[in-house]
Amino acid sequence: MSEAKKEIRVATGDRAILPEGTKLVPIYIMGKQYQVPETMTIQKAVEYAGYQFIRSCGCRGGICGACPTIYRVAGDYHLHFCLACQTVVQEDMYLTQMPFFPANRAAYEIEEVDASAETIMKLYPEVMKCVACNTCTKSCPMDIEVMEYVNAAMRGDIAKAARLSFDCIQCGLCSSRCPAQIQHFHLAQLCRRVHAKYQVPQAEHLKPRVAAINDGKFVDVLKELVGDSEDTLRELYVAREMEPQDSKGWQPEEKQFL
Amino acid sequence: MGYTPEMLDLIKKVEASRPERLERSKKGIDFEPLTLAGREEVLSKFHPDYKDDGRRDVKIGPSKGESYPDEFVDVLESKARLLVSGAELDKLTDYETDVLVIGGGGAGTAAALMAQENGCKVIVATKLRHGDANTVMAEGGIQGATQEVDSPYYHYLDVIGGGHFTNTPELVAALTNDAPLVIEWLERLGLMFDKDPDGRLRVRHGGGTSRKRMHSSGDMTGSAIMRVLRDESRNRSGDINVLEFSSAVEILKDSQGRAAGALFYNMETEEYFVIKAKATIMATGGYGRLHIQGFATTNHYGATADGLVMGYRAGVPMAFMHSTQYHPTGVAFPEQNIGLLITEKVRGLGANLLNTDAEQFVFEREPRDVESACIIRECMERGNGIITATGRVGVWLDSPMIEILEGPGAVKRELPAKHIQFMRYGIDISKVPMLVYPTLHYQNGGLTITDDSATNVSGLFAAGETTGGVHGENRLMGNSLLDITVFGRRAGTNAAAYVKNFDGEVGNVNMDHVDAYHKELAEAGVDTDRVAPLVLPNYTREEVMEKQLTTNYQGGLRA
Repeated sequence: MSEAKKEIRVATGDRAILPEGTKLVPIYIMGKQYQVPETMTIQKAVEYAGYQFIRSCGCRGGICGACPTIYRVAGDYHLHFCLACQTVVQEDMYLTQMPFFPANRAAYEIEEVDASAETIMKLYPEVMKCVACNTCTKSCPMDIEVMEYVNAAMRGDIAKAARLSFDCIQCGLCSSRCPAQIQHFHLAQLCRRVHAKYQVPQAEHLKPRVAAINDGKFVDVLKELVGDSEDTLRELYVAREMEPQDSKGWQPEEKQFL
Repeated sequence: MGYTPEMLDLIKKVEASRPERLERSKKGIDFEPLTLAGREEVLSKFHPDYKDDGRRDVKIGPSKGESYPDEFVDVLESKARLLVSGAELDKLTDYETDVLVIGGGGAGTAAALMAQENGCKVIVATKLRHGDANTVMAEGGIQGATQEVDSPYYHYLDVIGGGHFTNTPELVAALTNDAPLVIEWLERLGLMFDKDPDGRLRVRHGGGTSRKRMHSSGDMTGSAIMRVLRDESRNRSGDINVLEFSSAVEILKDSQGRAAGALFYNMETEEYFVIKAKATIMATGGYGRLHIQGFATTNHYGATADGLVMGYRAGVPMAFMHSTQYHPTGVAFPEQNIGLLITEKVRGLGANLLNTDAEQFVFEREPRDVESACIIRECMERGNGIITATGRVGVWLDSPMIEILEGPGAVKRELPAKHIQFMRYGIDISKVPMLVYPTLHYQNGGLTITDDSATNVSGLFAAGETTGGVHGENRLMGNSLLDITVFGRRAGTNAAAYVKNFDGEVGNVNMDHVDAYHKELAEAGVDTDRVAPLVLPNYTREEVMEKQLTTNYQGGLRA
């Protein structure tokens, strides 16, 4: 920041607020140098440099998978993988973003598959080509044990594959790096769905409730509430019995609306 | 990285008061909740919705005379990106379909699935990627009266009380009636709900609930739902065609004034194109990226009110757009995460909110607007906030309590995404508290719909955050994921029913309603160069814009 700009700036929205004396550092966006504040995330630094994102920007909160980013730091051969919205810039980093990576997804009928190694083999046979290099795991910005879940799926341990891959945001970095050309994140999604549907016990207590609703059990009760005056609703609201935090065995006194 | 020495000193006070607070918590002694009158008092004094400045009456359109935030009135009182003749629109027509869904988030995808199941060909057009939406950012859970001690009746009371008895009653009835159906639907589609070993759905309290009915999937419930719905729509790609990076900029109508598709802009090739459709579903989400009153936001990059602008121009009145939800616990430190959401689940699990003296000052499960107002009061009026080096203010959210109440490892287990997010900055939230302050989270209002997700414009349906009424002036946690799935499904089903009764094919389309809107602007004396929908927010620095001597901004977008 130049010395001439001294007026007080108010923090609004997502535009950066720079504390007095913020240090600028050089970063290289696709090879071109820009000076950016050292405390910024890569995402905000790219905007600070003057870019407007169309690709490579989504939730800005580390959960959507739009902004996978690959970088090296000058003088170090290591490749680094991260989310631009979650990673602070480093001096002399050379970065590029990966807005999209081709990965084929196998279509399936969720009602007709099962949670078995056969399902995996049929839909994603390339899984068997895993060379156990662990590059997928090393490139995951969510710190997921990617190779572990791939191996679990291969063995038919779908539950483990589902559990290990739970945090996956489907950014595609793993699949971009895999020498065996595995399409990890689609495979993981398949595992999670068949695990939840076929391995985890279904919610038996939900079935009578669903049946009751489909029979219209609550239609009249709700219709009455819809017609109630604000005063009546206030009374009912204040009179609600509160289920306690520790509610084991708790029963409400009023049972007619259950 | 991590907390500054000054902040670490303050955290010592938090640690000192923790054993006594834990003792109270174990005995079930909560901080005294406010009475209804107490709530109303703190809201009127400290909630941003209740301030007179920063808002004005909208001069045109079906909700003329209503008072909304300036930032929103600005986009309503804007010109269209493009106004062309029917003949020109014909030439631009690239697609025809039964049902067009605008927006690829949870509501839009749920709508697409149901429209397809009811026999329709569907196009989902979304301006970023499929799944780029606030849906993926919803962490805490989804409500539904699935337990025996609960029912839609109590859910209804909680919703309408939380909304200060202003909600549209029919919408609340639809929401609470369908909730268990939606939970069952998601379970059937293979969503990894948090469950007991016997399959019973685990449920928790949320702010303003009388029964435990918050269902979750780790702390990534919205992401988990989006992943499953998107995956399922891809299984049906023969009938559901998803067009990414296709920004809707205007609803189109046929000669009878029915909605008949939309005009789109490709931000990459800068081409316009038309999708004609028998029925159109608006599911574009909210307006957090307008940064109402300068607040930071938890919202997705694409939350720029596009669907509200398009729907309003097409003749749909607004409901509850005077009301915005500020989530009580947005990140106030570190600066890189400013505004990001800390799920209410943290308080649900037992973490206290504390001021700079490590004292409790509010019941942790007040409705969101009340909780926010209490935090703003503690910081602004009482001066009991913690000030950061970058001039932000906040209060402590004592997450380490969860480790003690729920057992070691509970923070990482229950809040895995949040734990990683803070660890990146050297803060282990299982050991030290988080600093939080309210953040712009949710648009309570939106396009007016019926309980069939229909609007007053024939052929135009709407669902999710772009609509208003179901939450009244305040939404409870866990009811937005419910809203998008309940009304997304209803929109899809009812749009399909509408298509079944549709005679023949879609005829010629026009933008006459946009032309009329422009005339209304001129007659109301609104002389402006503003263009809407914004499509994207503009975060370009002034110093850069001053040198963009030949750049033209249309809405938020460079063109």
